[in-house]
Order: sequence, then structure tokens, then C-alpha cells
Amino acid sequence: MKGVSRTRGIIAVVLVVALTGAIAATYRLGSIQVQTSADDELYLQSSKSLKRFSLGFSGLLADIYWTRAVQYFGAKRIAHSMHYESLYPLLDIATDLDPNLLVAYQDGAIFLSAAPPGGAGEPDRAVDLLEKGVRENPDYWRFYFTLGFVHYMDRKDFAAAHNAFVRGSEVPGALPWMRTMAATMAERAGERTTAAAIWSRLFESTQDPDIRETASQHLTALRVDAEVEALEDRVRLFREKAGQLPGTWVDLVRFGFLRGIPLDPTGKPYRLQTDGGVQVEDPQRFPFITHGSSSSSK
Amino acid sequence: MIARIGSIGFNTFREAVRDRVLYNLIVFVLLLVASAPLFGQISIGLEKLILINVGLSAISLFGVIIAILIGIGLVYKEIEKKTLYTILSRPVRRWEFIVGKYLGLVLTLVVNGILMSAGFFLALAVFGHGLGRADAALLIAIYFILLQFLIVTAITLLFSSFSTPIFSAVFAFAFFVIGTMTDDLRSFAAAAKGITKWLLTAAAYLVPNLSSLNVISRVAHERPVGGSVVLYNTMYALLYSVAAVAAATFIFERRDLK
Repeated sequence: MKGVSRTRGIIAVVLVVALTGAIAATYRLGSIQVQTSADDELYLQSSKSLKRFSLGFSGLLADIYWTRAVQYFGAKRIAHSMHYESLYPLLDIATDLDPNLLVAYQDGAIFLSAAPPGGAGEPDRAVDLLEKGVRENPDYWRFYFTLGFVHYMDRKDFAAAHNAFVRGSEVPGALPWMRTMAATMAERAGERTTAAAIWSRLFESTQDPDIRETASQHLTALRVDAEVEALEDRVRLFREKAGQLPGTWVDLVRFGFLRGIPLDPTGKPYRLQTDGGVQVEDPQRFPFITHGSSSSSK
Repeated sequence: MIARIGSIGFNTFREAVRDRVLYNLIVFVLLLVASAPLFGQISIGLEKLILINVGLSAISLFGVIIAILIGIGLVYKEIEKKTLYTILSRPVRRWEFIVGKYLGLVLTLVVNGILMSAGFFLALAVFGHGLGRADAALLIAIYFILLQFLIVTAITLLFSSFSTPIFSAVFAFAFFVIGTMTDDLRSFAAAAKGITKWLLTAAAYLVPNLSSLNVISRVAHERPVGGSVVLYNTMYALLYSVAAVAAATFIFERRDLK
């Protein structure tokens, strides 16, 4: 009996030691193994072949491909990559396997259209993907919003954006703001308020945290751009009235041009430059600003 | 002790090679390898690539099927035929029986793997217009496939030590499938939060990491496999197999065979 217990004890120790060793080895493997070629190579590019191999489980395979696309995009984005070669093929295969996989068109198009390193910088392919989504799901009006978004933000094709919003507003069930958006596009394309309205709608309509964060950053950047422009206008007015540039914000407050020290969205005071320009304290906090940083145009 | 384990292992090997299923599967693999050039003709410039991919994948997959099909009956058959009682009535310990069975099946699979690989290299020499120095890298892929067999056999034995053959086959195959996706499992774990993250991480490290043993695509593209990868994969496969066989032994030691 004692011998049996001893044997069991030894087996238990062997089990624990071997399992711990195996876990340590696999952990080490994960860190030393170079990224395999599978990341940027798709061995099966034909969705027709994949559909046949899936033995009827094409929906499941589409989910796997969509997941792969998201992981591929996430990994590339974290690495600040400028190349996303496999993103479109992955999205194309996922949507071929399941043409009703709405999220793959919707979020995939945003991933594709944004400029690198935040996205693939392929707005034309984003349009192709969305037009495919529209063909397969003609009743889903939100694709037209994303289509208009891509045309407006990344392709700067305001006429195409207007057309997309008009088409979307005609789909039964489309929310009334699509019509408003179409009208705004016709009247005030290129204006900051229009861009803000589009980013707000995107922020409200997406569930993807990355896209929400990007939309939020763009909205903040638009606010900073507007504030910097307004502050620079006041500095100009001060100069016209006082005959010299203000030394600090206090000068503008004293002359009644400002009520207090102006603060950026993070709560830090804007920096008044000696040449009258206005900058944010930490430009890295506002990746999309076009005004208010040393690298941006004034 | 070594003589007893060796004797059980050799008998397991002899029994396994008599199994008709084994030969059917080997013939099927060789036919598949021989037909690979037909797939290659459909595309341009991919003849050798497809031959390597189909050949090595077939060796791997059918080796795993053989491991599972034979492994599930290793313990169960002995109990059903009551031959186990005869063996255990002799001075053979239970753990020696399990280790012997495991080594016997591993020997069977290694011999089969070598046979199938010989057929694969023959097909490569004939249809791939000869063998070059770069083809030596294929041996690493085959070595990893053999390591994969060690793990799958150990897992099958673990399940067969307490379950029926059908359930053992289902569990072992499920582990094999999940094991081929450990990279994805780890990615999911990294993206998850809270308890899901912990559960997924635990699962990712407890299921066999078979994805790092699959370098077929890599060698097919003549890309190198690092020495450290070979070392750690070898360590991993041996340690994981020892752990699974120890678990099987632990369960079998406590099992009531009356």
C-alpha cells in the first residue's frame, strides 16, 4: 500500500514538473518564434474554393476570416505599419463567404479607407467593398452613410459623397438625418461643421472601440482647429488695436478680447507664440489637428 | 523495469502493425502524395509547392488519425478481452503498462511516419524534378510532425485511460483541432478582458500547442526554421507528452479494474 502511494506521489510530481516545463517551453516559443509568413500571405485566395472546402460551414469560415481581418488590422495598427496588403483580400473573402456579414463591410471599409498608419489608406478599395455590400444588402441604408463618409473624408469627392447620402436617404427605413446630411453636403461641403457632423454620426453608429476612438480624436481635432483659428483672429484684432502683439493671454483678457486663459480640450492652456501664432501644449495628444502645432499649417 | 516496458511496447507495436486500418491509411496517403502533381497542373508554377503542402499535410493528418484510431483501443481492448488481468497478475506495475503501451504506439507511428516520408520524398524526386539541398529543410517539418504524433498519442492515451473509445476519439480529435489553433486562442486571450482573459490564457497553455509544430507552409516556401524553434519545440513536445502520460498513469493507477 505504501509502495502504491509512493508511486502515485512520484507520478504526480512528474506530471506537475513536466506540465510546468511544457508551459515554460511554449511561452518561450511564443516569444522567439518569428512571425510566420501566414500574416501577409493568403494561401487560398479563391473564396469559391474556400466555400467548397468549408463543407457548408461557410458562415463559420466567414466569421473566422473576419476575425483574422480584425486581428491583422489590429496588429498592423499597433506596429504603426504603413502597409496592409492582406486586409482587403481578407475582407473580400469574408464577405464572399457570408455576403450578409454587415460588420465586415461597415467596419472593414473604415479600416481600409483611413490613411496609414491608422488604416490601410485604400479608400478606393473601401468603396469597392461598400458597393459590394450595397449590392448584397440593398435594404441596409447605413452602408450609404459609410460610403458617403469614405468619399467625403478620404477621397475628398464631395459630389460622390452627396450622391451616397441621397441614395441612402431614399432607402426605406433610413433615419431622417441622412436627408439632412445630403442637403448639408450639397450646400456646405468642405466646411468644418459638415466634417464634425459626419464624424459625430460615425461615432454614434459604430460599436468598434477603435473606430469610436478615432472618431472622437477627429472631433476633438476639429474643435482644436476651430479654437486655434478663433484665438489667432483675436490676437490679430489685439495687434490692430494695441499696435503690438500680446505678450501673454493676460493682455488679451485685460483688453476684453478674452474672458480668461483659453484651455485646450485636455484642460491645458493654449500656448501663445511670439509671432502671434497659437499652439497646443502637447500636440501628440491631438493626432489629427491641422492647426495649433509646430508641424501644422497656420 | 525497462525489460517489462520494452516487452509491452514491442507487443503493442506488433499488434498495431497487424491492424488492417493502418495499411489502408498508409496506402491512402501514398496515393494522395502521388496524385499531388495532378493538383499542381491546375495552377501555374505551383507544382512542387502543392506536392509539398499536400504531401506533408497528408502525412500529418493521417498520422494523427492512426494515432487516435489505434490509441483509443490501447487500454480499452485489454480490459474488454480481459488480457489486462493476465498482464497485471505478473510483476508488471500499472504505470509500466501505460508507458509500455505509449512507447509501442509511438514506435508504430514513427515507423509509419518514416515510410510515408519515404513515399513523399520519392514523389518529390520524381515529380519535383529531383531533390536539392533546400529540400533538407523538409526533414525539419517531418521531425515536427513526428513530435506532433508524440503529443497526440499521449493525449489519446490519457483519454482512453478513463473513457470509452468513442469519447476518447472525440476528445482527442477536439484537442488536436484546438491545438492547431493555439495562436488564435492566444490572440483572443490577449484581446479579451477580465475572467475571459484568464480562462482563455489558461486554455491556450493547457491545450497542446500544435500550431508551433506546423512549419509546413514555411518550409514549402523554403523559409528557414530557427535552431531555437527546433530546440524549444522538442523540449515542449517531450515535456507535454510526459505530462499527459503521467496524467494517464495517475488516473489508471486509481482506476478500479474489478
